[in-house]
Formats: sequence, C-alpha cells, structure tokens
Amino acid sequence: MSLFSAITTASTALAAQTIRLNLTASNIANAESLASSEEDAYRTQHAIFQSIPVGQTQNSVGEGVTVVGITRSDTPGPRQYMPNHALADDEGYVFGSNVNAAAEMADMISASRAYQNNVEVMNTSKDLLIRTLSLGR
Amino acid sequence: MPLNLDNIFGVHEQALSVGARRATVLASNIANVDTPGYIARDVDFRATLAAARDELAVHRSRPEHMAANQAAELGVRIRLSNQPSVDGNTVDMQVEKAEFMRNAMRYNASLTFIGARINGLLNAIRGGQ
Repeated sequence: MSLFSAITTASTALAAQTIRLNLTASNIANAESLASSEEDAYRTQHAIFQSIPVGQTQNSVGEGVTVVGITRSDTPGPRQYMPNHALADDEGYVFGSNVNAAAEMADMISASRAYQNNVEVMNTSKDLLIRTLSLGR
Repeated sequence: MPLNLDNIFGVHEQALSVGARRATVLASNIANVDTPGYIARDVDFRATLAAARDELAVHRSRPEHMAANQAAELGVRIRLSNQPSVDGNTVDMQVEKAEFMRNAMRYNASLTFIGARINGLLNAIRGGQ
C-alpha cells in the first residue's frame, strides 16, 4: 500500500524537523554563553538535510528526509573586554557565541510549520487508509 | 445485464492505486520542503491512470517480457517551481498542500463510488431485504 509509505515519509520528516528544532533550541539557549577562549565559545549549529528513499521495494516512489550531519558555523563571535569576569582570559577578554537570535527564531518557526504540515499529511493518509479498510462494512 | 466481476468498480479501482502513489510523491515533496537541492515531483494522474487501465490488456508470453505496470511506475514527473529557491529546492509548499488535499478528495470520491457499488451489489444479493 502506497499510503503506508506516505506515512513513513512524513514520519522521517518529523524526525528530521525535531532534530532541527532541538538544535535551534540549543542555539537560542546558548546565545548569551561566554567562554574564555575563541575555541571554547559556543558556535551556531545547523542540521544538514538530505532526501532518502523510503521503503524496500523497487517500485517505491517515496523519498523521506534525514539529517546527514550537523554544521558548526565558523563565523567569529564577539570578543568583549571584561577583566573582572570569572571566565576572562589573561588579557581580560571573554568570547561570546556567534548565535544570531533573530535568525534562530525564524528558523524555529520554519521548522515548526514544516512539522505541522507533515502531521497533517499523516492525518490525511491515516483517514484515507481507515476509509479504505472499512470498505464494504 | 451480464455481470463481470473483474470490473465492477470501473476505473475507481485503478484510481485508488494511482491516487495512493500520488499521495506518496506529494508527501515526499512536503517532507523535503527544506532539503537543499531537492527537485519537486508529481504524478501525471491522467497518463498514469490510463497506463494502469491498459495493464490488464498486456499479455506476457515469456517471463523475460517487461511487466506492463512499469509504465505506471514511470508516471513520476518533475514539477516546475513558481519560485525556485537559492539552495536549489523547487518545492512550493502552498502548491503541494493544495494538490495533496485535492488528491485526498479524489481518493475519497473513488472510495465513495466503490462503497456505493458494494452496497448496491449486496442489496441485489440479499434481494432487497
């Protein structure tokens, strides 16, 4: 039944969008994190999406989505002179994260809309399957 | 009226399988709305349904002959995007949602026709009792 692979396809998308939402949450949570060196500072993380075939059969036409990796942005973060800060380095600097809070909020909304759309696909496919199964009752 | 049990449901039997396949392709488009480089695809419903109907007529005399239903499998086409994005993704969410809903309604319509046919036949078998 093709409708089952529609549900599988939507579920792969739910999993991928969940990872994306988790990364966005992590980014927003660490937007104000400070560190004592450039290497230890928090870096914005993003998921890399890629499409994957769904189902084992050759006739399967569905393509789901999966997260193949997570990128760490290498944009330098802000360097602030705070000599009294507990994390300040020898020269009195602390290193902030390079998170762009506005971009992360937009990404979060995009991910949540995509999640909702896939839930809708699942619900519609489920209703169609149930109606098909109850034919002749 | 001679009753041929092979095609009591008419075109709706094939319409269901093509509709289910199209739902899968559209679900793939919706799932990959944020995948870089993903090309939106769609099923040519009319051509695939016509191919699915012709399948019954194809006679395979040898096992090496191609199965006719491969024609139906090839009904997947690339859909042109109204607004391709910079990352190469050509999925238009509003189009996909509209087409998915339209496909679901057509599927429901076919189910209703089949259901009515089953009820009519059952009624005839029971003699209206």
